[in-house]
Amino acid sequence: MSDTVPFESRGRIWLRALAGTEGSPSFGKDSVLQADVALGDHSARLLAVVPDPRNRFPRARNGEVGLEEGWTLAKAVRSVIESDHDGARRPIIAIVDVTSQAYGQREELLGIHLACAAAANAYAEARLAGHPVVALLVGKAMSGAFLAHGYQANRLVALDAPGVLVHAMGKEAAARITRRPVAELDALGEKIPPMSYDIKNYAKLGLLHALIAGVNADAPTPADVAAVRQVLIDAVADILLSGKRDLSTRLNSPAARVLRAASIEVRRRLAEQWAGPAAASGT
Amino acid sequence: MTDQNKTPATAQPDWARFLARESFIELDAMGRARAVLDPGTFRMLLGPFDRLKSPWLPLQNIVTQADDGVVLARGTIDGQPAVVAAIESAFQGGSMGEVSGAKIAASLELALADNEKGIPTRAVILFETGGVRLQEANLGLAVIAEIHAGIVALRRHVPVVGVIAGMVGCFGGMSLAASLCSSLIATRQGRLGMNGPEVIEQEAGIEELDSSNKRLIWQLIGGEQRQAIGLVDTLVDDDAAAIASAIRAAFARGVPARHRSAQVEDYLAKLAAIDPASPLEPNALRTLWGKGDHE
Repeated sequence: MSDTVPFESRGRIWLRALAGTEGSPSFGKDSVLQADVALGDHSARLLAVVPDPRNRFPRARNGEVGLEEGWTLAKAVRSVIESDHDGARRPIIAIVDVTSQAYGQREELLGIHLACAAAANAYAEARLAGHPVVALLVGKAMSGAFLAHGYQANRLVALDAPGVLVHAMGKEAAARITRRPVAELDALGEKIPPMSYDIKNYAKLGLLHALIAGVNADAPTPADVAAVRQVLIDAVADILLSGKRDLSTRLNSPAARVLRAASIEVRRRLAEQWAGPAAASGT
Repeated sequence: MTDQNKTPATAQPDWARFLARESFIELDAMGRARAVLDPGTFRMLLGPFDRLKSPWLPLQNIVTQADDGVVLARGTIDGQPAVVAAIESAFQGGSMGEVSGAKIAASLELALADNEKGIPTRAVILFETGGVRLQEANLGLAVIAEIHAGIVALRRHVPVVGVIAGMVGCFGGMSLAASLCSSLIATRQGRLGMNGPEVIEQEAGIEELDSSNKRLIWQLIGGEQRQAIGLVDTLVDDDAAAIASAIRAAFARGVPARHRSAQVEDYLAKLAAIDPASPLEPNALRTLWGKGDHE
């Protein structure tokens, strides 16, 4: 076992804290953990991607979503859908602490994009099948890894704690691709919320259902765990109350109406123009 | 499935036809959208006079474009109602910003609403994109998740067909969108990968991938390789008529019994057969994952 790769992670910490167990490898994959937990009246399935220093794919040892992680998440989520097919739809909680998708020549060749799509596909199917899906952001929610694991959830909730962040690309790579110094990226993030690496600025976009303050993300106390559990219970209740299985709530929040006004305007105008002049004059 | 999917690209070279063809790659987004729809049915939505531009680029002193890099058009395909979203690679590398992405997501949502009302509106996405527009970072990522949601919901009713013609290719979160499509069409010039070569070099080092090695990159993620290992359904020439006909063939096949992104057992088994400790050549993968002895 390599001793340069960490074993402990925010994903592992929060799965353990919420479930009271270490969880078990999902379908034999040590980097995808699952556990069940009571959330109010529901039994929920927790899923987390965690570091695995012995992962047979070296580019996925640090908690990245790699080829087998993507497809295993898909299998894990689909197994919940299948087993609940004739009964109550269990909530699914994605515990999100994913440093990135796996970067590598082998990963590209073998279709890392499809592996991540498979996971996103499964979460979206679960949502459409009526499973309340909540993503709990406890660490990094980076780029394609977050698209695979969490971003299809009905509700997104995040800890307001150092190290919790959402972004499209690591800072160094973003600086290179946009040909800007890293310091300039930081300054822009303060001025332009979608550019920011800070979860408080992300919250301004209106995408989060809840931002949970006052919690120790690395060493949660029993009170911290109880607070997070309550947020999850409330999020599940909110999903069931809304009756909606799409992502429209992300555009309905007061914050979204300000920061995502353009997204809302696009939808309003497109709906007006959709049917065409002939149809419009006929109404 | 294989035979009908490979006809245009593998027919004997017909130089007269080759010289007479209309290059799809050389068309701009509007020309591409027009080429895909039935003749005379093209109707642009959210055109330049709607002035729906990026609110974020001016804050960074970057010039905007009146359509934010996505042309949306309605019309028919084989007589059926359709919407086409064509990404313009000439604007910001085809990147997905708040507005350009919302145009695609919203068109998928409206096509879904049509289908739920019994109107079988079909959707085509012409991918030409590096993924998230980094100047709009988190709003680009968010809208890509909404595009994923839109494709998965719509493709339960009608096929969603994707095209990767080139020359930008399809990367980042949009590579997931492409592989969520019911059917994916590519040219040899098209590339489909999650992480752009520059990003892999940055994140994993030049010993992992030299982004200046163009030949290697096409061998890894070019349209021909992707079709040979089953990650793209149809390989076509850079020919507007051939692409239009491949799109029609994809719709004629209907909604697949199991979408590629839902073939979990198959792909877990395919990965289990890979030894990550051994080198893996693109050609060897064709033997392992290929659909038989074709090509």
